[in-house]
Amino acid sequence: MSLPLHARSLGLLAVLAASAPALAADASLLNASYDVAREFYKDFNAQFEPAWKARTGATVTINQSHGGSSKQARAVIDGLAADVVTMNQQTDIDAIAAAGLIAPDWRTRLPYGAAPYASTIVFLVRKGNPKGIHDWDDLVRDGVQLVIPNPKTSGNGRYSYLGAWAYAQEKYASAEQAQAFVGKLFHNVPVLDAGGRAATTTFAQRGIGDVLLTFESEVLQIAKEFNTTDFETVVPSLSVDADAPVAVVDRVVDKRGSRALAEAYLQALFTPDGQRLAARHYLRPRDPAILAEFRDRFAPIRLVTVDQAFGGWARAQAEHFADGGRFDQIYAGAK
Amino acid sequence: MSTVILSPPLVSETTTEPRWVQRTLIAVALAFLTLFLFVPLLAVFAEALKKGLGVYWAALVEPDARAAIQLTFLAAAVAVPFNLVFGVAAAWAIAKFEFRGKSVLTTLIDLPFAVSPVIAGLVYVLVFGAHGWFGPWLAEHDLKVIFAVPGIVLATVFVTFPFIARELIPLMQAQGTEEEEAAIVLGASGWQMFWRVTLPNIKWGLLYGVILCTARAMGEFGAVSVVSGHIRGLTNTLPLHVEILYNEYNFAAAFACASVLTLLALVMLAVKTFIEWQTRHPHPAAPPAATAAGDTPGRAVGDPA
Amino acid sequence: MAGTGARYVLPGFRLALGYALLYLGLIVLIPLAATFLKAFTLSWDAFWAAVASPRVLATYRLTFGAALLGAVINAVFGLLVAWVLVRYAFPGKRLVDALVDLPFALPTAVAGIALTALYAGNGWIGQYLPFKVAFTPLGVVVALTFIGLPFVVRTVQPVLEDLEHDVEEAAAVLGASRWQTFRRVIFPALAPALLTGFTMAFARAVGEYGSVIFIAGNVPMVSEITPLIIISKLEQYDYAGATAVAVVMLVLSFALLLLINLLQWWSGRRRIAA
Repeated sequence: MSLPLHARSLGLLAVLAASAPALAADASLLNASYDVAREFYKDFNAQFEPAWKARTGATVTINQSHGGSSKQARAVIDGLAADVVTMNQQTDIDAIAAAGLIAPDWRTRLPYGAAPYASTIVFLVRKGNPKGIHDWDDLVRDGVQLVIPNPKTSGNGRYSYLGAWAYAQEKYASAEQAQAFVGKLFHNVPVLDAGGRAATTTFAQRGIGDVLLTFESEVLQIAKEFNTTDFETVVPSLSVDADAPVAVVDRVVDKRGSRALAEAYLQALFTPDGQRLAARHYLRPRDPAILAEFRDRFAPIRLVTVDQAFGGWARAQAEHFADGGRFDQIYAGAK
Repeated sequence: MSTVILSPPLVSETTTEPRWVQRTLIAVALAFLTLFLFVPLLAVFAEALKKGLGVYWAALVEPDARAAIQLTFLAAAVAVPFNLVFGVAAAWAIAKFEFRGKSVLTTLIDLPFAVSPVIAGLVYVLVFGAHGWFGPWLAEHDLKVIFAVPGIVLATVFVTFPFIARELIPLMQAQGTEEEEAAIVLGASGWQMFWRVTLPNIKWGLLYGVILCTARAMGEFGAVSVVSGHIRGLTNTLPLHVEILYNEYNFAAAFACASVLTLLALVMLAVKTFIEWQTRHPHPAAPPAATAAGDTPGRAVGDPA
Repeated sequence: MAGTGARYVLPGFRLALGYALLYLGLIVLIPLAATFLKAFTLSWDAFWAAVASPRVLATYRLTFGAALLGAVINAVFGLLVAWVLVRYAFPGKRLVDALVDLPFALPTAVAGIALTALYAGNGWIGQYLPFKVAFTPLGVVVALTFIGLPFVVRTVQPVLEDLEHDVEEAAAVLGASRWQTFRRVIFPALAPALLTGFTMAFARAVGEYGSVIFIAGNVPMVSEITPLIIISKLEQYDYAGATAVAVVMLVLSFALLLLINLLQWWSGRRRIAA
């Protein structure tokens, strides 16, 4: 009885194995991306595929792979044959570069430090803003509950943490005071979900917390799926510039012979059409002209970059999020 | 053994509990199952059907969902037979023989349960990944294991590894070795003994094992997530597809896909009922044995059941 | 008697054991060896720092504690469910029997989401409870109970079905009460299967990730489980640290499982001798 079953599954296996090279001949591209970028890239691919056909006459299939940003980077390092990576923090592409798959100068190969768009952290509060939340200071008050995804496992959480820290750093003189501020803030967090979207669900569906910290670009998606009148957006006085870098994976495109396509794909992100699409997804385009076009979508927030406030991602990672770093100290001290 | 036949009326009176005890036990068992099983399942279906049958159906026939369902069935169809053969072999050795290191072997069989699914995926990355033991060799020959179908199958085999063996070991131990020994002494060959004595005796345990193994193989998320590569339409299994939909706030579709896996239970119910019916009405045209030698143990074994 | 006699009479020992060992080696042991080797690329100090920081120690307590509690709950109620399913008749029994397997079929993440929705403060069940379940350590126990539910039922059930009535009858004829018969005759026969089910439920619960992260709250020192530590180490590209924690989990689980299996063997031997 198990024999035909075996035979059938082997047949299926063969079909699946055969389909991989067939796709390669058809000009395909694999974009390994972070979790919350799927809606944007779905639309971007729909824009790119016909444009590429018009330009070269060739049909291209863009395959998407989404997951946590670092998880995706690990997969690429371990052999996921992605032609391009589109991440939401620079450390993830640096890690791939360190493994030798991407040339170290990747940031200079595309405009704006190879980041076509950025987002920032804003606050989502319940209707009527009953707790009177206006800025970071309000988040550390007693009796205010926050929902933030886990900074150890999500980019969204890391940027929320860095936003709070950047604010505290300007307000207070010492790092100790800043840590006390951020510590107080995280003690108001009853649930640290593993990912940004799970945190949204905790806030919106389970009714936990008074404030959700999330990307500005996520607010649109939340408004689409949940009842918009239940929530209001609060824009803090200062927040962190969360830029989303992209790179061609040199080792993969050289092996597959897909460099021209991969480079064209990423360059399209920086064209006016690509920039406008980003803006329509509430991602802040880097092109100042396009940003000006969509001015009404993006509230004026003073944005600080990770480079400015933390001396670069590598330092931020080591000081704050590594094991035993400041984020761990917040909880170790609280015991 | 013959007492059963001699005194059937006695059985019901002395080997069961008073009515009120029965009712209480049933009530407590059902209350437990309600709280921990039925209500969660109901919640899945309630969410799945929240936006109506149309949305439910659309979520299932959408191409990415269909690809995910196919891949999930493929992984289970390969993993279960592999673990089935292993389970029977391991249980035979462990339950019917005495040897040194048996406890250690049994514990090693349990081990994949205790390995976090996260690690279960990672181990194969460490072995077959680009920087793993066989990674460079695989890359040279353009073979893909992880982030492709073979990796998904391997991870599935790993997480469902112990099910059938662990189901069979206590059962075969409880049954002892007398029946098989009688068959051998009476001249049956090893295979005859296995097909005519052992297999009929363990068939329910085996079926449970296969059911559990299949169910778990299809539902596995963590380990597969590590080795899948998450390429939509190509290497996403159904549980991974569910995660994607959930992360798109597409709750109805997510739960619809999840509920497909629960329908498995109904299929299994049908299979079980069919087999039970078959055993109760054995085909008269097929005698238990063709040779005289095989006939005797066959009858001896048929008696107590 | 069964053991020594069997060795000479029954065939297939070498083949069965050889195949089982080969398969075990290929699928489980070699990959796990890779984990150990990766973990041991760390110096002793680095290894110790990775596996014994206060935050990680807190996760061991929660993970093993909740898994143990979940397995105990399942042992008690699983035995009851198996008993009711085998011995009694009630309407809908077949359907209940079929549904018992579902915690396996449901992707663990879905189970986690469904349980969180039910046991959250505004959920179907949570709103009637006087205490918080979701986003507390209690939520972890609920999730682990759910995912381990089929084990005890499904290991005890076939043995219970196989149990001959004549022993029970003999006990009754000899004047034993029903409770005495259960304790002295039925329970000892079920004990190995029950212990197996308990072991499987426990082992499975220790490593569980998908369902727990949704319901646990994941607050360090309070409601964080060990697999989450592994994930967060991987997020930092710390493969060695992640495998170090995995190795500790593995060794602890292996020791516990071995203890239970030895206990089972020992009690089985004693039973045969008696």
